[in-house]
Amino acid sequence: MTTFLFYLFAILTVASAFSVILARSPIYAAMSLVGTFFCLAGIYALLLAHTIAVLQVLVYAGAIMVLFLFVIMLLSLAEPLPPGKITFGRVVGALCAVGLGVLLAYASWNFVPVGAEPPPSFGTLQSIGAQLYTQWLAPFEAVSLLLLVAMVGAVVVAKSRI
Amino acid sequence: MHQVPLQSYLTLAATLFSLGVLGVLIKRNALVVFMSVELMLNASNLTFLAFARDAGVDMGHLPALFVIAVAAAEASIGLAVIIAVFRSRGTVNVDEIRTMRL
Repeated sequence: MTTFLFYLFAILTVASAFSVILARSPIYAAMSLVGTFFCLAGIYALLLAHTIAVLQVLVYAGAIMVLFLFVIMLLSLAEPLPPGKITFGRVVGALCAVGLGVLLAYASWNFVPVGAEPPPSFGTLQSIGAQLYTQWLAPFEAVSLLLLVAMVGAVVVAKSRI
Repeated sequence: MHQVPLQSYLTLAATLFSLGVLGVLIKRNALVVFMSVELMLNASNLTFLAFARDAGVDMGHLPALFVIAVAAAEASIGLAVIIAVFRSRGTVNVDEIRTMRL
């Protein structure tokens, strides 16, 4: 069952990621990205990362994608750009990306797993929260500061007059 | 990890990451370039979670949490920059945006 679900979600993830790259209109790309995030949340759940799977749907598929769609609508960019020239740089870039993918996949296949058995509390909100507020408190506070700075910065950058 | 080996998850993450790189390098719409960056961030998250599951220690979930938070900050700033660029130049085509100054 896990194997079937993994391959189902993996195929859907890769297909919708391809569709993000290949879609002509940014709206279609954004909707495919939502699909990618949902399928990835399924894969996270298969990895017993329930908390992160919920956050993936809430933050990524919810908040971030709404922001993307909002900007697409705000700037009326739903029309696709005219087809561009195939430049030398693009061809080299595509080849480099494919080469990187092959290298990473090769390295992944030759990785020797540890295969440790996870404890019953693995990935639960209790376990994550306990670590977040003890051992990882300093990064947590830094991230809260980062989000504040990003919020102020976004207002300053996007607003024409303050 | 009994049914699906760790390597399958890592290979999926590698595929997603290189699709993100491909999108960043060949797409011309700045918004789609940003979406490709999100794909790459998700691929790194998947790697964190797969290694955490393999090691049987869920401490790897916390970097994934921070990646999600940083991605939210990055998306808000990046989209604000795109709005500012669109205001001053009237396009989000990265091929036509050549100068840093207004």
